[in-house]
Amino acid sequence: MIDTKWIGHRFPVMRWEVEKGRVRSFAKVIGETRPEYLDEEAAQAAGYPSLLMPPTMLFSGPLDHDDVERLLRTLDIDMKNILHGEQGFTYHLPVYAGDVLDFDVQITDITVKKGGALELVTRMTRITNQRGKLVAEARNVMAVVNR
Amino acid sequence: MAVADLSTVKPGDFLPELRLPPVDRTLLALFAGASGDHVPLHIDTDFARRAGMPDVFAHGMLGMAWIARLITQWAPQCALRSYSVRFRAITHLGNEPHLSGKVAEVFVLNGERRARVEVQMANQYGEIKIQGEAIVALV
Repeated sequence: MIDTKWIGHRFPVMRWEVEKGRVRSFAKVIGETRPEYLDEEAAQAAGYPSLLMPPTMLFSGPLDHDDVERLLRTLDIDMKNILHGEQGFTYHLPVYAGDVLDFDVQITDITVKKGGALELVTRMTRITNQRGKLVAEARNVMAVVNR
Repeated sequence: MAVADLSTVKPGDFLPELRLPPVDRTLLALFAGASGDHVPLHIDTDFARRAGMPDVFAHGMLGMAWIARLITQWAPQCALRSYSVRFRAITHLGNEPHLSGKVAEVFVLNGERRARVEVQMANQYGEIKIQGEAIVALV
């Protein structure tokens, strides 16, 4: 069972630069065809400073900081037992290639379901840009299946 | 493809569907690299089997990114106010993603006209894998 003392725990802020090549490769892999994600000239012609970052790519910032491994280590969870339960984003400002984002992650809930067979860990993340503006908030629910 | 004329959006409208090729191992490896999601359940068959799974399976965030494509080919990304999903079932190798969405409600918040869009990803057998909703400004 996961110790509920971790509810409220905040991790050190993670800084992540939105790299242009990474945006393009992410967009390409998901089959994106709109030019504002793939072609910088087209993005600029559309009035954007650089490539527009696809909306779910915000998820990649913490991953690059080995955020999953750290969470599992902190809560003593085996990676073989995890599944992604829910994910959500609230958007406030667009993010472009070249932006530098800070991710402030907090564990906000740990609940037990099915008599302990399933545990849910909820994290909320505030994401700000290099101008200190809130660009998005993310909510993540990880399911831990205890076999 | 041009985005829709959002001024005429009404409840019951459907988003143009997206049907994608079957999920294969190459795609999962490429998505692991591009997204930074290196959880081995998605890229290492030996690890997946030790975890009791028959094989590697698709990242939840790959499906969520596909549904985002469905939304942003209908409305510009700057109109997207929020987007959330629940991962209902595992997307296996060979599954053909079928993305669809429907306007459930049109409402006004803080003077802004918005649509609540119900979205989902199913496979070729009609099994629902991901369900969620997006709030899109109709401006």
